[in-house]
Amino acid sequence: MTAVDDRPTTEVGRDRRRKEDQRLITGRTRWTDNIQLPGMLHLAMVRSPFAHAKILSIGTDEAKASTGVVAVYTGADLADSQGVNINAWPITPDQVTPTHLPVPADRVAHSGEIVAVVVARTAAQARDAAELVDVDYEELPAVLDMKEALKDEVLAHPDSGTNKSAFWKLDSKEQGSGGDVDEAIAKARQDGIVIEREYRQQRLVPAFMEPRSTVVDPTGEQISIWSATQVPHILRFAIAATMGIPESKVRVIAPDVGGGFGGKLQTTPEEFATIAVARKLGKPCKYTETRSETMVSAHHGRDQWQKLTLSAEKDGTVTGLKVELLADLGAYVAIVGGGVPVLGAWMFNSIYKFPAYQFNCQTILTNKTWVDAYRGAGRPEATYAIERIMDELAAEVGVDPIAIREKNWITHDEFPFTTVAGMTYDSGNYEAATEKALELFGYEELRAEQKQRRESGDPVQLGLGVSTFTEMCGLAPSRVLGSLSYGAGGWESASIRMLATGTVEVVSGATPHGQGHETAWSQIVADRLGIPFENIEVLHGDTQTAPKGLDTYGSRSLVVGGEAIVRAADKVIEKAKPIAAHLLEASVDDLEFSAGQFTVKGTDKGIGLTDIALATFAAHNLPDGVEPSIDADATYDPVNFSFPHGTHLCAMEVDTETGATSMRKYVCVDDIGTIINPLIVEGQVHGGLVQGIAQALWEGAEYDEQGTLVSGSFVDYTLPTAADTINFVSEHTVSPSTTNTLGTKGVGEAGTIASTPAVVNAIVDAVRHLGIDDIQMPCTPERVWKAIQSAGSHQAAAPVADAQPHFGDDAPNQDPAAGSTDGAAQ
Amino acid sequence: MTRITVTVDGVSCTDEVEPRMLLVHYLREVVGKVGTVVGCDTSNCGACTVHLDGRSVKSCNVLAVQADGHEVTTIEGLATNGELHPMQAAFHENHALQCGYCTPGMIMQAVDLLKENPNPSEEEIRVGLEGNLCRCTGYHNIVKAVAAVAASSSSERSSV
Ligand code: FES
Ligand code: FES
Repeated sequence: MTAVDDRPTTEVGRDRRRKEDQRLITGRTRWTDNIQLPGMLHLAMVRSPFAHAKILSIGTDEAKASTGVVAVYTGADLADSQGVNINAWPITPDQVTPTHLPVPADRVAHSGEIVAVVVARTAAQARDAAELVDVDYEELPAVLDMKEALKDEVLAHPDSGTNKSAFWKLDSKEQGSGGDVDEAIAKARQDGIVIEREYRQQRLVPAFMEPRSTVVDPTGEQISIWSATQVPHILRFAIAATMGIPESKVRVIAPDVGGGFGGKLQTTPEEFATIAVARKLGKPCKYTETRSETMVSAHHGRDQWQKLTLSAEKDGTVTGLKVELLADLGAYVAIVGGGVPVLGAWMFNSIYKFPAYQFNCQTILTNKTWVDAYRGAGRPEATYAIERIMDELAAEVGVDPIAIREKNWITHDEFPFTTVAGMTYDSGNYEAATEKALELFGYEELRAEQKQRRESGDPVQLGLGVSTFTEMCGLAPSRVLGSLSYGAGGWESASIRMLATGTVEVVSGATPHGQGHETAWSQIVADRLGIPFENIEVLHGDTQTAPKGLDTYGSRSLVVGGEAIVRAADKVIEKAKPIAAHLLEASVDDLEFSAGQFTVKGTDKGIGLTDIALATFAAHNLPDGVEPSIDADATYDPVNFSFPHGTHLCAMEVDTETGATSMRKYVCVDDIGTIINPLIVEGQVHGGLVQGIAQALWEGAEYDEQGTLVSGSFVDYTLPTAADTINFVSEHTVSPSTTNTLGTKGVGEAGTIASTPAVVNAIVDAVRHLGIDDIQMPCTPERVWKAIQSAGSHQAAAPVADAQPHFGDDAPNQDPAAGSTDGAAQ
Repeated sequence: MTRITVTVDGVSCTDEVEPRMLLVHYLREVVGKVGTVVGCDTSNCGACTVHLDGRSVKSCNVLAVQADGHEVTTIEGLATNGELHPMQAAFHENHALQCGYCTPGMIMQAVDLLKENPNPSEEEIRVGLEGNLCRCTGYHNIVKAVAAVAASSSSERSSV
C-alpha cells in the first residue's frame, strides 16, 4: 500500500453527483402545482390594468353564475381575514410604509394588483369567470419615474403625503471608521482627480422558471400550506402574525421549488388570498399563476440611480468615495425591499482601502410593481458602480484597469482588514486570484490584439473588462441585524437523527430551490460522522419535519446552515462518547473518534457510531443517568458575514458599424473559501454569470407612460438562451474563512455580482478610443450604435477632451453619447 | 367535449376533453403526467416539451385534440426498463440541472436534437436548444451533457 492509499478519503471537496437529480430527470418531481387533493378548488385572480386607480364598484354576479364557479371574493369580502403583506426591515424609524393588503378594497397602486378572487371547480373555469368580473375604476394620476416621484407632485399613495419612503446614511467620519469625504473631494478638486458619474441600475425580473403556486388544505386542526417559496418558515411566521391563526396550527411546506434567486423570498398577496379563501370555504384550494402574472406581480429587482463622486490623487490613489442612491421600491415596501439598497452601504468600497467614504440612500415609492431582493440584492448594484468608476479612474490616470486596482486594493498580508464602511474582512487574496485570472485569460495577448485592431481600424473592436469584486454574504449575525432594525435574527438550525439501523437523517432549516443541499449536507455529515454518503438523508422545507429555520437567501445556507449541521454532528459525537466508553469499558478520556469509530487509545478496541446508535435505541445497557438518545440539535448564530471575492475578466467584440456585441471569452477566478462540492460550485458560478451578463446585455423591465409593464412576458422580457451564451472558464483560489469551522464563504450570488461590470467595462473599453465612457444597461446593439454615432459627431465638434465636468443640480453626468435618456422614464 | 385516444408513454388513453384544451393540460390534469411542466403562456420557455410521434413539440402549443390518434412520449416515458435514457444519465453526470424545472423539456428537446443531427458542433447544440429557457445553469453544463451523449454514441457507432 502506498501512503496515498492510507489517507482517509474525505467527502468534502469531492465532485459528488447530486442526490436530487434522480427525481428531477425522470419527471417525478414534487412541484406545488403537481399537488391534487380530493375536492380541491382552483383560484383565478382579477388584476388591475391600471397603475393607480380607485375601485368604484365590482360586479360579480355574472362571474358567480358562470359554470363551475363556487365563489367570487372582493377585497371587501376578505377584509377581516386576509392578513397583510409585511415589511420586515424598516430601515429608519420614520420609514413611510403604505399598508399592503393582499386584495385591496378601494384603491390599487400598481398594475397587476389583485382586486377580486374567483374560485371554481377547475382552473380553466376560474379563469373564464375572472373575465366576467366587472370592475369600475376611476383612474388616478400615477407616478412612474423615480426622479419625478422625488418632487412629490404626483403621489403613489395620496394619504402618505410623500413618495419618499426613507433616507439612510453611513458616513465614515461620523461613525469613526474613516475620514471626511467632503474634505477629500474638496482637496482633490484643487490638486487631484475627481470623477463624477451617474449609473443606472435597470429594473429586472428574477424570472425563476417555475411560476409561483400555492395549495392550501384547511382540513382538520392544522392548516397545511404548500407553496413555491424560498421561505417556508418566514411564511409561517407571517401567517401567524397577520392572519390571526396560531402559529402552532400552521404547517408550511416548500416541496421542490423551481428556482428563486430572491424572487421567492417574499410572502405574497397570492399566498394570503389563497389561505383566506380556503379558510372561508373550508375546502382545499390551489392557485397557480401564469407567467404573465408572475411578471407583473412577483417582485422585481435592482432599479436604482447611482451617483458616485470619487476623489483621487494624481497617481490614482483614491482618497474618498461618496455615493448617492435613489432606489425605487415600487408601490409597496416589500419584505426586505427597503433594506436591499442599504446592503450596498458596506460594499461600494469593495476590496479597496479608501480613507473616506459616505453612502446616502433615498428609497422611493412609485406606482410600479414592488422591488425586493434579486440574486445579489444590493451588492451587484454596488459592485457595478464601483467597478465601472474604477475603470474611469484608470482611463483618467492613463493606466491599465488592473494597475489602478492594484494601487488601491487591500493586500493579502493586511487581513483581517476593517474597511472604511466598518466591516471586518476575515481573509482573502486579491493578488492571487487576479494573477491566476490574468494568466487563464491571456490578458497580455488580448491587449496586444486590441491594440492591433485599433491601429488597423478594424470595424470590429475588442474590449477587455475587469471586475474585482467582494461581497458580504451569509446573512447574518443576529446582533448586527438587530442594530439595523431588521425584524428577525440570522441564525440557522439543524438536527441529526441517528437511526437504529445505521442510517442518518439530517434536518436543515435552510430550504433549497436548486442549490443541491441534499448532496452537500450529506458530504459534510459523511466526513464529520464517518457515515457513508449514501446512508444520509437530508430533510428540509416542511415546518413539521424541520420546525426551526430561517430559510435560504443571501448565500447563507452553507456558511450559516452548514455550520449548524457541523455543530449538531459534533454534539452527536459528544453524546455518543459516554455510551461508547461504557460499552468499551474504558474511560471517556481515553477515547478517540475518527472515521465513524470510537477507539481506546493505545488498544485495538473500538466501536462504530452506528453500533452505538443501535445500542442506544435498545437502551438495554446504557451508563447510569444517560438518556437513550444520541440525536442532537444545533442552532448557530454566525459571528460575522463572510466575504468571498474574485477576479472576473471578460473580452467583448463590438461591431462599430452595427453596435452588435459578442462575448469572446470569460474567465473568473473566485475565492469562496473551502469548497464542499466543486461540481455544484461550478453550476452556481455559471448560472450566476449568465444572470449578471443578462443584466449587462439584454434584460430590462420597461414600462409605458400609463404604467403598464411592456416587457410583461417572455416574448418581450428577453432571457438569454443557450444560443446567446458561451462556455466559461471558472477557477478558484482558496483562502478559507476564519469565522466558521469548514472555512466556507458562500457562492450563490458571486457570479451575478461580478459579471455585470466585467461585461460593460469590456464594451466601454472596446469603444473608449471613440470618446465613449459609458453605455447604459442593457447594452443593446441600438444603444451601442447610438453611442458610437453621437460620439463621432461629438468628437468632430470638440476634439479636445474636456476637463472632468461636475454634477449639475439634477443632470446625470454621463457622456452625452451614452444614450442616458433612453429608458430614463422607467 | 371531444373524445380522443392518445398513446401516452406507451399506454393508450381515451378521454373526453374540451376542444380548447392544450396538450400540456391534458397530460398534466387528465393523464396525470405531471413530469411535464408549464413555464410560460407565450410558447417561449420549452418547459412543456414532449415528443409527438417521435418529434419534439411544445405541448402548450398543441391542442389535445390534435394529438388524437398519435403517440406522445413525456419525460416519464423516456427511461426504458428502469434504465435511464443516455440523455438523462448525461444530465446527471454533467450537473446539467439545478432546480430541474426546465429539465424535462430540455432533455426531450436534446434527444430530438441528436436524432436530427447526431454529431452537432457546440454552436449547433446551442442553436438547437434555443427554444428552451433555463434560469439556473447558464447552459454551460447542458451543452456539455448533450455533447457528451453525441460523443459517446458516435464512438459506439464507429466501434461497430
Ligand atoms: S409552457 Fe412555455 S413553451 Fe410551453
Ligand atoms: S435547472 Fe432551473 S431552470 Fe434550468
